[in-house]
Amino acid sequence: MELALWTYEGPPHIGAMRVATSMTDVHLVLHAPQGDTYADLLFTMIERQGKRPPVTYTTFQAKDLGGDTADLVKATISAAHDRFKPNALLVGESCTAELIQDQPGSLAKGMNFSVPVVPLELPAYSKKENWGASETLYYVVRTLLSQPNVSVADEVSNDATKNRPSANIIGPSSLGFRCRDDVTELTRLLNSLGIDVNVVAPLNASVADIKKIPQADFNISLYPEVSKTTCTWLQKAFGQPFTKVVPIGISATLAFIEEIEALTGIDAGAVKNLENSRLPWYSRSVDSTYLTGKRVFIFGDGTHALAAARIAKEELGFDVVGLGTFSREMARDVRAFAQELGIEALITNDYLTVEEHIQQLNPELVLGTQMERHIAKRLGVPCAVISTPIHVQDVPARYSPQVGFEGANVIFDSWVHPLLMGLEEHLLHMFRDDFEFNDNAAPSHLHGSEGATHNEALSEKSVVETAAETTSITVENHESIATVTTDTAWTPDAEQELKKIPFFVRGKARRNTESFAKDYGHNPITVDTLYEAKAFYAR
Amino acid sequence: MNAPALCDIPVTIENGQREVFCGLTGIVWLHRKMQDAFFLVVGSRTCAHLLQSAAGVMIFSEPRFATAIMEEKDLAGLADANEELDRIVHRLLERRPDISTLFLVGSCPSEVIKLDLAKAAQRLGVAHQGRVRVLSYSGSGIETTFTEGEDTCLEAMVEAAPYTDAKQLMIVGTLADVVEDQFIRLFDQSGITEAAESVTFFPPRRAKDLPAIGPNTQFLLAQPFLNATRRALIGRKAQHIVAKFPLGVEGTSHWFRAAKDHYNAPDDAFDQALEAPKARATQALQHYKSQLNGKTVWFMPDSQLELPLARFLNEECGMSVLEIGVPYLDKQTMAPELSGASGQDNVVEGQDVDLQLERLRKARPDLTVCGLGLANPLEGEGLTTKWAIELVFSPIQGFEQAGDLAELFARPLNRKQRLAV
Repeated sequence: MELALWTYEGPPHIGAMRVATSMTDVHLVLHAPQGDTYADLLFTMIERQGKRPPVTYTTFQAKDLGGDTADLVKATISAAHDRFKPNALLVGESCTAELIQDQPGSLAKGMNFSVPVVPLELPAYSKKENWGASETLYYVVRTLLSQPNVSVADEVSNDATKNRPSANIIGPSSLGFRCRDDVTELTRLLNSLGIDVNVVAPLNASVADIKKIPQADFNISLYPEVSKTTCTWLQKAFGQPFTKVVPIGISATLAFIEEIEALTGIDAGAVKNLENSRLPWYSRSVDSTYLTGKRVFIFGDGTHALAAARIAKEELGFDVVGLGTFSREMARDVRAFAQELGIEALITNDYLTVEEHIQQLNPELVLGTQMERHIAKRLGVPCAVISTPIHVQDVPARYSPQVGFEGANVIFDSWVHPLLMGLEEHLLHMFRDDFEFNDNAAPSHLHGSEGATHNEALSEKSVVETAAETTSITVENHESIATVTTDTAWTPDAEQELKKIPFFVRGKARRNTESFAKDYGHNPITVDTLYEAKAFYAR
Repeated sequence: MNAPALCDIPVTIENGQREVFCGLTGIVWLHRKMQDAFFLVVGSRTCAHLLQSAAGVMIFSEPRFATAIMEEKDLAGLADANEELDRIVHRLLERRPDISTLFLVGSCPSEVIKLDLAKAAQRLGVAHQGRVRVLSYSGSGIETTFTEGEDTCLEAMVEAAPYTDAKQLMIVGTLADVVEDQFIRLFDQSGITEAAESVTFFPPRRAKDLPAIGPNTQFLLAQPFLNATRRALIGRKAQHIVAKFPLGVEGTSHWFRAAKDHYNAPDDAFDQALEAPKARATQALQHYKSQLNGKTVWFMPDSQLELPLARFLNEECGMSVLEIGVPYLDKQTMAPELSGASGQDNVVEGQDVDLQLERLRKARPDLTVCGLGLANPLEGEGLTTKWAIELVFSPIQGFEQAGDLAELFARPLNRKQRLAV
């Protein structure tokens, strides 16, 4: 058993739902107990979907378990087929149904529908959501491409007539991070390279679209957690190569373009220019000096955490002090990059472990999921969300892709926005004794009350969660938060001196001084200790 | 009471896909009510995912609920699963010395593999004797829907409660603290407290203050979903004071009056105590009445609050109720609510969500009360909706909240009128 307070991923059938909901004309029947329909609200609330997910549940109850649940499964499949008339029927089960072993996939196969049936194996006690999405996409693609009307002749005639190379974008899905806008941005980028987008899957793909996948020259594996299995199979089955670089960030986008040049033989010309994004100049501009060396902690799915770490280090000049992921599938890559950064990667599904690390590392910016946003909010550390799991505010109305040149612009803005502007940081330091610029002054472009969170001691304030308000559900005082405690005493003079240090680095100064004092046996801490510690850490 | 005979009330029973939460969801408000209790779901990743999704994904440092997620090896043998559970509980209690009561909450998978949580609770209770009381109940979807999770939780507490023969009036069902405080004042001022000798609220604010129960306990239900709890209390020789539920001016008046009548409290003090809050509530309602009057409303099955809310909207706000879906119907508990004039011929027990949506689309009510999974899809079809879950999480009971309750229904209509896009 694993003790979980919060979970970064749902069970694998949620992944299957993400694929089914992404597509336009399939239907998923889930053998699942009453209550599992909660999953609909992920789509209708977080993504504000204006229609129900194409999912029918058997919603069995205890009283059904006495009878023949297999009959219930068949009746449900049959009714869903007749009512929704899908072009392909996906059949799976959730954790409880797995235990009663009705084999809904096999039952459906035996029902002789005229539409393809895709039975799904979703082992709920060993696998998780992204794995479920990846497997579902793979089985949908594989099943549909094994249908008789996918002909090689089609491919040949198509190859002969077309004069522009084409690509499929594989991986974008419902409830993925900014997938909607990433598809638009990537399509724009590909078009500017003279490449057509053949099929995007699973997002907004129809069964007919899936059958067209082999017609493209290559595949773009956009989110490897979801796309890699399918792309690997397509390479084997149809000889379609696929891209390995995820184009998030400037250097990754340029590397991606080079990869495409190699795959297609085209010359990217002016498209392969980092000045196509404003990020490089913004990072070099004077105001961004204040970004240099900011300590950043990164946690998310493998794809986004890796991309964020590279951007943070090379494109904004941050210090990456922590890097981790909950995607065990990508642990190796994340570990390797962390090693390059001289740190140890955090591979965990345990929210409390992540919180502990953030507390210890004392970062100035947290880039994470909505879980880390809550942690950061509590600790009074600025934060931007870079990965699922997300909440309703992470599905913005405005265009906000992550990939390509525009994605880099969006990333610059959304990571820098929670921080103080450079000049402002400077002014706050200069005028900190004026009442307008007191320690609790918030960044002038952010919500007024947020300044209170800058208190260096982690105050026991009630955290009014925007998230909770959005769904108008209860708000809670956070509990049992570890407060900063210390055995080391400060002389009044030293305390006074500490207060002269700008508040946004004061926490770090306090911790550094205390650990220096502890290591070198200074007790109590005097003004001299403070400056000795400062010199010691300056290096 | 002039209720029609229970068998006369026509109820359509429907079977099919149910679009409801399971009883685990109750943890979201139960753990807030009892701040020294911890809820440990013994279940799957789905259970953990449900809890954080249903809770609006509120993330706190360390909430007082968690899921012991069963893994493949736990399914292999029950002995190992029990051992694992003990290990997790020991670790948990070590971390949380502030916990006085631990609830082991059964889930669909734990029920299906027949993991005996009652026995586990007993075993763990002995192991942590003197420090932590360990109770168990089922919140599984195969046995409970949504608010039924509070019912099974309170049932377990009733069974664990000590005996008393002291006279007391017990108010049963989770209420917001602010509502409890208002009710206490009204009981005191109206002379009911004196006549009843004491008034207690159940569940208590601290789980360790489990109230004693006995033959001189009378109880009023503050929530309509407490059928098993009601039976358990009667099993402990307590008496149920039958009343409408305290929603709206009429419901609240009826509820208090039932207590007054039971204890023969003096009329003068009672009328005087209720006069001002009643007048305030009527005035607050007046404002929204004009917005709701004559509009049609439809309830999808959700929390069991549907019947009393339909009664309130019909009798006090002038709405006509087209259909009242309820997940299940206990006619005994609901008897006082079924006697109203609120579209009783439209009560549908159970659910086939697709058929229900077909009827709904045909009827096109002005307002549909439904769960979060259906709200945006219905808004997408041009219908106006009210999230049912808000009615469970907000303080809506009593006189001072009657206006707020009406406002919850008026707001979506109000928005519809304002928006030009």
